Amino acid sequence: MEATDRVFERLVLDHQNRIFALGLALTGNRHDAEDVAQDTFVRAYRALATYPPERIRDLKQKAWLHRIAVNVVRNRVRGVRPRLVELNGSEPDHASGPEEDVLRKAEIDELAARVACLPARYREAVVLRHVQELSYAEVADALGQPVGTVKANVHRGLKLLRGENHGDRDD
Amino acid sequence: MATVMIDLKRLGDVKAPAGFADRVLAQVGVADSYAKFETVLGHVYVAWNRLGVSAAMRSKSAAEFEHWFRKDVGRQLVRVEPPRDLAAKIEDQLEGKRRMRFDLRGLTPFSQAVLRKTLEIPRGQVRPYGWIAREIGHPAAVRAVGTALANNPIPYFIPCHRVIRTDGVIGNYGGGGPEAKAQILSLEGVQLKRLQTLARSGLRYEGVRSTKIFCFPTCYHGRRVREGNFVFFHDEAEARAAGYRPCKDCRPAVA
Repeated sequence: MEATDRVFERLVLDHQNRIFALGLALTGNRHDAEDVAQDTFVRAYRALATYPPERIRDLKQKAWLHRIAVNVVRNRVRGVRPRLVELNGSEPDHASGPEEDVLRKAEIDELAARVACLPARYREAVVLRHVQELSYAEVADALGQPVGTVKANVHRGLKLLRGENHGDRDD
Repeated sequence: MATVMIDLKRLGDVKAPAGFADRVLAQVGVADSYAKFETVLGHVYVAWNRLGVSAAMRSKSAAEFEHWFRKDVGRQLVRVEPPRDLAAKIEDQLEGKRRMRFDLRGLTPFSQAVLRKTLEIPRGQVRPYGWIAREIGHPAAVRAVGTALANNPIPYFIPCHRVIRTDGVIGNYGGGGPEAKAQILSLEGVQLKRLQTLARSGLRYEGVRSTKIFCFPTCYHGRRVREGNFVFFHDEAEARAAGYRPCKDCRPAVA
């Protein structure tokens, strides 16, 4: 129990930014991003608690967390959003820094919103490959899709983002 | 192509909001949340997680509480604004109107058994250390019971102040010394003077003439009895010889 807790603490500290960024790119806003990230770690914790020590030791944490996060987002879209325990007095930190930061933040939020408008299959592929910078193999693993499919989806997603939709948007 | 990819890369540099990790750790119960509460006992620092209340102490400062918690419980601790209803729940718990859940992970099974048993002692009553030992099936482990209670991480909530020595001495108290223990017991309506007078004469049990039942002197069933209708006993054998049987509620002896 105690050992798992230490592993989990390390896991959260090491990956919180990465998973929050993933949530932001997939959902398009910071509020949902925090929900997704939180849900991802809560699920990770529950899973860790059931894993034998060897499995925890050999775990590819990055790929594993990405897979959980992608599933969390997919489930939210399906509307089977798992209920979260109410948090104690936690307001997301929207404190405004210097003006420059605010501008950059606004730009990033706008970009995130644009990415979030992509059809889910392109969005997942593009975000994991180019935002999170996973290899094609890792993306394929996280999404449970063949590498070829991922490559094609990344390509089409980027095309859409650049605004060159030659009629191959199919949603 | 290139600019879109550079932009996307920037999206990946976003940082999680301040305090995010702490909140996640608190939510799964790896770290505990805590806050300061004003109660009937004065201010008390209380820590909790998803499993329940995990610690309480009348520390002088937040720093002192955090230090004690990390040393004693060994988990991370995050100070938060308490949920709206928690203060009322704590008040109810301390007044005996509610049973909260407690997180006793990290304690030995023996300590957990001692503390769970202690929770059964009603407000306004006391039991000897030996009673706890017998009730949890380790009749010889009286000293170990004392140690487990002295290290109770949640005093006031888990009423270790309701366990006192057979000779009437209040005994030590982790939650603020013997004076604090006596003060809390008085607050709960225990007649300490009567109890100690009896104990000093070696009288441990009170029997009621009409029912032929003997109890611990603070037992609920003795409250409506006139003082003249009591008989007092030094020990179980004496009570049984006089034709009395032990009370089934306070269980001064195995029935």
